[in-house]
Amino acid sequence: MSLERDDVKKIAHLARLAIDEADIPGYATNLTNILNLVEQMSAVDTDQVTPMAHPLDAVQRLRPDEVTETNQRDHFQQHAPKVEDGLYLVPKVIE
Amino acid sequence: MEWETVIGLEIHTQLATKSKIFSGASTAYGAEPNTQACAVDLGLPGVLPVLNKQVVIMAIKFGLAIGANVSRHSVFARKNYFYPDLPKGYQISQYELPIVETGKIDIELEDGTSKTIGITRAHLEEDAGKSLHEDYHGMTGIDLNRAGTPLLEIVSEPDMRSAKEAVAYMKKIHSLVRYLEISDGNMQEGSFRCDANVSVRPKGQKEFGTRTELKNINSFRFVERAINFEVERQIDVLEGGGEIIQETRLYDPDKNETRSMRSKEEAMDYRYFPDPDLLPVAINDETIASVEKTMPELPSAKKARFEKEFALSDYDASILTGDKDLADYFETVVKTSAQAKLSANWVISELSGRLNKEDRDITDSPISAQMLGGMIKRLAENAITSKMAKEVFNAMWDGEGDADAIIEKRGLKPADTGEVEKIIDEIIANNPDQVEQFRAGKEKVLGFFVGQVMKASKGKADPGQVNQLLRNKLKP
Amino acid sequence: MSLHNKTIRELSEDLHNKSISSVELTQHYLDRIEKYDSQLNSFVTVTNDLALEQARQADKLIAQGKATALTGIPIAQKDIFCTNGVKTTCGSKMLDNFIAPYDATVVDKFNQAGAIMLGKLNMDEFAMGSSNETSFYGPVNNPWNTDCVPGGSSGGSAASVAARLVPASTGTDTGGSIRQPASLCGITGLKPTYGRVSRYGMIAFASSLDQAGPLTQTAEDAALLLNVMAGFDTKDSTSVEKDVPDYTANLKQDLKGLKIGLPKEYFGEGLDSAVGDVIQQAIDTYKKLGAEIVDIELPNSGLSVPAYYVVAPAECSSNLSRFDGVRFGYRCDDPKDLEDLYKRSRGEGFGPEVKRRIMIGTYALSAGYYDAYYLKAQKVRRLISDDFKQAFENVDVIMGPTSPSVAFKKGERSDDPITMYLSDIYTIATNLAGLPGMSVPAGFAHDLPVGLQIIGNYFDEARLLNVAHQYQLNTDWHTKLPDGFK
Repeated sequence: MSLERDDVKKIAHLARLAIDEADIPGYATNLTNILNLVEQMSAVDTDQVTPMAHPLDAVQRLRPDEVTETNQRDHFQQHAPKVEDGLYLVPKVIE
Repeated sequence: MEWETVIGLEIHTQLATKSKIFSGASTAYGAEPNTQACAVDLGLPGVLPVLNKQVVIMAIKFGLAIGANVSRHSVFARKNYFYPDLPKGYQISQYELPIVETGKIDIELEDGTSKTIGITRAHLEEDAGKSLHEDYHGMTGIDLNRAGTPLLEIVSEPDMRSAKEAVAYMKKIHSLVRYLEISDGNMQEGSFRCDANVSVRPKGQKEFGTRTELKNINSFRFVERAINFEVERQIDVLEGGGEIIQETRLYDPDKNETRSMRSKEEAMDYRYFPDPDLLPVAINDETIASVEKTMPELPSAKKARFEKEFALSDYDASILTGDKDLADYFETVVKTSAQAKLSANWVISELSGRLNKEDRDITDSPISAQMLGGMIKRLAENAITSKMAKEVFNAMWDGEGDADAIIEKRGLKPADTGEVEKIIDEIIANNPDQVEQFRAGKEKVLGFFVGQVMKASKGKADPGQVNQLLRNKLKP
Repeated sequence: MSLHNKTIRELSEDLHNKSISSVELTQHYLDRIEKYDSQLNSFVTVTNDLALEQARQADKLIAQGKATALTGIPIAQKDIFCTNGVKTTCGSKMLDNFIAPYDATVVDKFNQAGAIMLGKLNMDEFAMGSSNETSFYGPVNNPWNTDCVPGGSSGGSAASVAARLVPASTGTDTGGSIRQPASLCGITGLKPTYGRVSRYGMIAFASSLDQAGPLTQTAEDAALLLNVMAGFDTKDSTSVEKDVPDYTANLKQDLKGLKIGLPKEYFGEGLDSAVGDVIQQAIDTYKKLGAEIVDIELPNSGLSVPAYYVVAPAECSSNLSRFDGVRFGYRCDDPKDLEDLYKRSRGEGFGPEVKRRIMIGTYALSAGYYDAYYLKAQKVRRLISDDFKQAFENVDVIMGPTSPSVAFKKGERSDDPITMYLSDIYTIATNLAGLPGMSVPAGFAHDLPVGLQIIGNYFDEARLLNVAHQYQLNTDWHTKLPDGFK
């Protein structure tokens, strides 16, 4: 498996990461090496194995339907990058 | 060429819980922006979701109501994409193992027949926040109060063949979730909205055509219009030799058209994977049995019971049971009036008509079910005429009290027979020409006499009785 | 004996019998931080005023006879735990301006216990690293040789305790991030069973692997800290509803008949032979204490690094999506549109290792690759976990080296992710399985500390602590202090 320049760009876009053009070859090499390491897994047959998403074999606990939170807007927005009238501001969203 | 339309709906129902699906923040509608967005809803670093028990119960209820398989083991997954109203950069939803699978529901078609629509699945997920597009120095404002509100997404099979069927299905689901009391179904507030997958194919062709997805349609009227527009658009494209592009389109109700949502088009790679912050949801038989015990009477059962118990026509029963609140109202009216058919008539025509005219819901009718029942009881006893009943109805609507109080205050009382006969005799004597015409076979003139009598009696005479007496006296 | 040579148990006694006040003790450590941390860079934030205020409160509690074992004891938190009103950076430029608006459950529990927080400790950015070189705040130096790394990601937590700038600290361990730095700095570190300690308020790296634990001088101190940290939390769905025993209760039990499994995979190629010799001596000590040695196999352990580098990046790629410049944290200047806001805030806010892992994870989850990478890794994870299950049918604990080598030179591996990743080859498997593991100082190789790793069965922390404590009663490696910090 070898990742090319375009692969890196595509992945970086999907992950919304700005990457300097100059850094792309470095990422391509590193990511390729990591994928090659990862591909050692193909040595083992896992056809009959159940995937394991959690370390413990437990089930979800359920919370009673109660309102426990109070308004903490000012506290939460104290250090927010850009707010006005209680709203978080972002560059115009075009639908 | 003749075309066939194929429609599948994805309905998003907001579940009527007090708190959010994964946090203890309130779900109440209409709060100041971001005052109901707690640390978990904001996706602050380090926070974790904990599932609300009530949403699981509600999903089970829905599953049972549509005869579906309630999964003993379901899994929450993350749907990853970047959008400002999605605080964590992923939506917690269900993907491979939803909580409800393979159900069905019957809809009634206009020709009186019914049709079964398959429901592929229903899964739990969290709602996103809202982008406010008023201008904030050229920027968009984000309100995350709605973020984390529980939704049940109900996905149908592509079983509908017209916009009308789609509307009938949507109404049926709407009625059902309200019956189950799992959603208030309020479409203005966005508690019940739908995406439609629409395609067309030449009649007789087996394979589906390429579909488009119409996003966020929030009224029954718009569903019909949006689908009809889209069907015509697709047919135009195909007949013009073009191809349908699989894409998401937005319905614009002001222009009555659909347009491509380019912003949603690129990078549709959602990278679903099981949410490691949540464990599999296990539902055992005991839980299902206990939910089963709390199941209300469902619309179809209620309709059948109304037909049997109250000897109502199929039509009346179906209207009265179309909405749970209306059905409850009707039953209370009958309890007081002991007159099923008469009560059905008043609820369906007079009351519903007036409510519609004033755009009010049955739950805020100025006339309570007991009040209406009391009036119908008096009407059935002939304590008032139907004309008087209308007067009483209007007075009750205007808040003048219950029927008995109004009857007494206004001194309403049907005229007795002797009095009516006296009036009739007088009117016959004063209108010899009309008497002549009637006797010559001009039936229409009877109306004139009835009108005159009613006028002279100041409405106290019973029109039926007047009719009868007139006919007797006018006989040559 | 000077204060900082004492363990928490000893300091706790001093506080209780009022031979010292918490304010004095706190000031002593603040002075040490002031004096020595410029050589280590182990703290991102020192909370002087807050600490002294907490100490005054603690002294009141002690005077009122309301003290618990940790009341008045100074500790420091890895900067991954949210602390209300205190900067919480996670070692990243992304959170350089982030004043957490709430307390993590772990922090809350220490506050409830009356412990004093001296500050927030340096770490690899978002806990991604094994050398503490990925921190936005610069690398942490190993107090045993300041040209060397302290290990990571809890590098500040380990270095500060090793230099006795704080009696104990907290850390988190996703693939070895408590045990490996504990090993490289010559202190005791414990990663509990997954679910034993609440993750609420602990900034997530890989949710199904992350677990918080203590870094201390001794196993006994680790038991004291775990007594406070452990427990079910209604705010964490993955925390386990299971009673917390008193972890100090079993420390004194002797080890006669203890069955120790030695996996042959942990002693093969790649292990520095000098490190191997130290571990062998530690095993010999255990034999003398009456333990029985059993050779075991963990056949799939070679796949733990490959599986980990799919599972952890996949989860992190999603966990770190919330850092988008909208509600908190770094936001780029003058974004020209929404996409620019996202891409530059994230591109500028995250360092290269974090970006690498986000990209690997994004790729592993993307359409067409999910089965080959993510699903495959989940299956391999099961195999690795099953290996341990089988092993624990025959043994009580598993032992081996914590790290294949001693602390390496700064810069030596930072350009080569793969070599760096292999630093955690012996620790990663326990995270994949969710098992508890410890690192205990066992001697020196090349003049640098070597850690013995002890892996236990699920929720068997009390036994791990007992096994480590008995070793520490018979050795003095845990009392060694680096020159220059005495």
